[in-house]
Amino acid sequence: MLLLKDVKKSFREPDGNPLPILDIREFRVAASEQVVLMGRSGCGKTTLLHCIAGISKPDSGMVEIDGLDITRLSEAGRDLFRADKLGYVFQTFNLLPGFSALENVLLGMSFAGKGVDTARAKDLLGRVGLGHRLTHRPAALSVGEQQRVAVARALANRPKLLLADEPTANVDTAHQQQIIDLVRNTCRDENVALLLVTHTPEVAEQFERVERLENFNQAG
Amino acid sequence: MNKWKIAWRSIQQRGLASTLTGFSMALGVMLVVAVLVLHGVITNSFMNNSSLGYNIVVGAKGGRLDLVLNTVYYLARPVENIPYSFYQELTEGKYKQYVGTAIPICLGDTYQDFRVVGTSPGFLEELGYGGNKYVFADGRNFKADEFFGAVLGATVARETGLKVGDTFQPSHSGGPEAVIHNEKFTVLGILAPTGTPNDRAVIINMEGFYLIPEHRTDIDLATAKQLAAEGKFEPVPLDKREVTAVLVLTASFAGAPPELMAPPLIKSINEGNVAQAVTPIREMATLFTTFVDPLRIILLVLTVMIVIVSGIGILVSIYNSMSERQHEIAVMRALGAGRQTVMLLVLMESILLSLAGGLAGWVVGHGLIALLSPWIAAQTGVSVGFFQFVGYELVIIPGLILLATLVGYLPALAAYRTDVAKALQATP
Ligand SMILES: Nc1ncnc2c1ncn2[C@@H]1O[C@H](COP(=O)(O)OP(=O)(O)OP(=O)(O)O)[C@@H](O)[C@H]1O
Ligand SMILES: [Mg+2]
Repeated sequence: MLLLKDVKKSFREPDGNPLPILDIREFRVAASEQVVLMGRSGCGKTTLLHCIAGISKPDSGMVEIDGLDITRLSEAGRDLFRADKLGYVFQTFNLLPGFSALENVLLGMSFAGKGVDTARAKDLLGRVGLGHRLTHRPAALSVGEQQRVAVARALANRPKLLLADEPTANVDTAHQQQIIDLVRNTCRDENVALLLVTHTPEVAEQFERVERLENFNQAG
Repeated sequence: MNKWKIAWRSIQQRGLASTLTGFSMALGVMLVVAVLVLHGVITNSFMNNSSLGYNIVVGAKGGRLDLVLNTVYYLARPVENIPYSFYQELTEGKYKQYVGTAIPICLGDTYQDFRVVGTSPGFLEELGYGGNKYVFADGRNFKADEFFGAVLGATVARETGLKVGDTFQPSHSGGPEAVIHNEKFTVLGILAPTGTPNDRAVIINMEGFYLIPEHRTDIDLATAKQLAAEGKFEPVPLDKREVTAVLVLTASFAGAPPELMAPPLIKSINEGNVAQAVTPIREMATLFTTFVDPLRIILLVLTVMIVIVSGIGILVSIYNSMSERQHEIAVMRALGAGRQTVMLLVLMESILLSLAGGLAGWVVGHGLIALLSPWIAAQTGVSVGFFQFVGYELVIIPGLILLATLVGYLPALAAYRTDVAKALQATP
C-alpha cells in the first residue's frame, strides 16, 4: 500500500547548512494495516507525514502509494492525488472556521473533483456521533467534536491511507480513547490503512504495530 | 460545494470588514451612476434645444455664439437688431425659395428674472421642440390681433405664480436702471413643461412689444406715451420695425430633408452686409466640445478614481486578512485543493465583494435619481426615473469584474504562494 524507499529530506539551517531530518531506507504499510509512529519531538514525524501526503517533496527517494510513486507527479498531480487517495487529520485547527461541520466534510469532497455526496457526508458525521451537529460552526463545537468532524472529513473521499498527526494531543483522556476507537473502527470498516503519530503510550500500546522513527531513520 | 459558495463563506466570515469594503464600493458605483445619469440629463436638456423646430438663426452680424445663446437659450448679453425688411426678404423676398418657416423674435425686455420674447403666434404653432408640438397646460396661444396677449413657460408660471387672466408689466432689460413699462400684458396661456429654455420664457405678441412707447421707433416717446395713455394702439408700420432674430426652418422639396437648403441660404445671407445666418446645432456642438465635454471627462475621471480607491480598499481588506488565513489555505491545500484553486477562491472573493457592493450602489444610485427626479424635472424639464439608464452603465459590470480581478491579484498571489507545510505547523 505504502512503500518508502531511500527517502531523504533536509531543511536549511539559518546559516545555510543543510540539516538532514529524514533518511529512510525502507518503510512499508500494508493495505488496511494500522500503524503507530512514535519518536521524540523534532525527530521528523510530521515532516515524514508531509512527504507521504505530497505536501512536501523529499529531496530524493521514492514514495509509492497504491502502486504510484508520487514524487514523480507534478505538484498539481500530487494535490489531486492527495484529495483522492489520502486523508489527513492534524493535531488541532483541522476545520475551516467559516464552514459548518457538514460543509467542512463537503469541502474535502469538492476538491477531489468527484462531485459532492451529501448523503455520505451526513452518514460519516452520524458515524462519528455528530448527526445532530451538522450545521454547527467549529467555534460551537468542543475540541473533541472538532477532531471527530476532522476524522469524518478525512474519510469522505474513501481514501486508501489515513494520516493522523497526534489527533488526540489536545483532548482529555476520556475523549482521547473515544477518538482513537473512532479512527480505528472507521478505518477498519472502510478498509483504509492508518498511520497515526502519537506521544501517548496508552494509545500506542493498543496497536499491533508500533514504529519508532529513530529506529528506521538514519538522519538526526 | 461550488467555489462561489466557498468564496462567499470567506466573505461572511469577515462580516464587518466585508460589509465596510462592500459599502465603499457601493458608494463609488453610486457616484458613477449619478454622474453618468445626470450628465446624460444635462446633455439631453442642452441638445434637445438644438432641435427646436428650426435649423437656422438669422440676426445682426457679430458674435455667432452670442446670437445662438440669445435666441435659443435666452442667455448672454443682448445682440443688435436687424430691420424688419430682412424678415420680409426671408418670407416674401429674395430668400423665399429657401425658407419653409420663418418666425421673427424681439428680445430685450424681462419680467422678473425671465426673458420676454416678442414674437408672432407662429412661434408656438409652427415651430415645435424635439419633434413635439407645444402643449398648453392651461389657456391658449395669443392671436395676432391680441396685441397684449402673452403665454408663459411652465417655470415662469410656477415661480411667478401668474395664472391665466392675470396681467403683468415687462420691464426694460433689468438691472438697476430697469424701466417698468406701463403696458399690461394679459396671460392667455401657460405651456406644459418642455425641457427647453422656453420653460423660462415669457412669450408675448410682438405687436404689443412694438407698441410699448419706449420701444417705438416710428414716433417720439412723448407722443407714444400720449397715445398709450389714451389707449390708442395702431400697429407700428412694418418699415419702422426691427427684429432681434428670425428663426428659420429651411424649405424641404420633394421630401428631401430641409437641411439641404441650409448651406445655400447661409452662404447667401452671409455674403450680404445686413445680417448673418448661423446653425445653432453647430454653434452648440462647438460650445459643448469646448466646455461641457472636458467637464464630463473630469467628472468621469473623478468618479472612476473613487471606484478605484474602493477597489484598493478591497485589496487592502483581503490582503490584510491573508496572514490570518494562511492556516485556512493550508488546510484546503491539505484537503487536496491546488494552488490555482486557492488563488481562484481569493479572486472570486474579490469579485463577489465588488459586484455585491457595486450592484447595491447601482440600485441606490438609480433610487436616488428617482427620488430627485421631481427636482431635476423642475430644474431642467427633463424627467428621469429609476429606469433611466445610460449606455455607459453597460461597462460597469465588466469594469467591476476587471477591477476586482486586478485588486484581487495580489492577495490571490499570496494564497498561491502559501507554504503549506509551514502554515500547517504554525498555530493560527
Ligand atoms: N520549514 C522548516 N525549516 C527548517 N527546519 C524545519 C522546518 N520544518 C521543520 N523543521 C525542523 O525539522 C525537524 C523535524 O520537525 P517535525 O515537525 O517533523 O518534528 P516532529 O517529529 O513532528 O516533532 P513533534 O513531535 O514536536 O511534532 C525539527 O527540528 C524542526 O525544527
Ligand atoms: Mg509533529
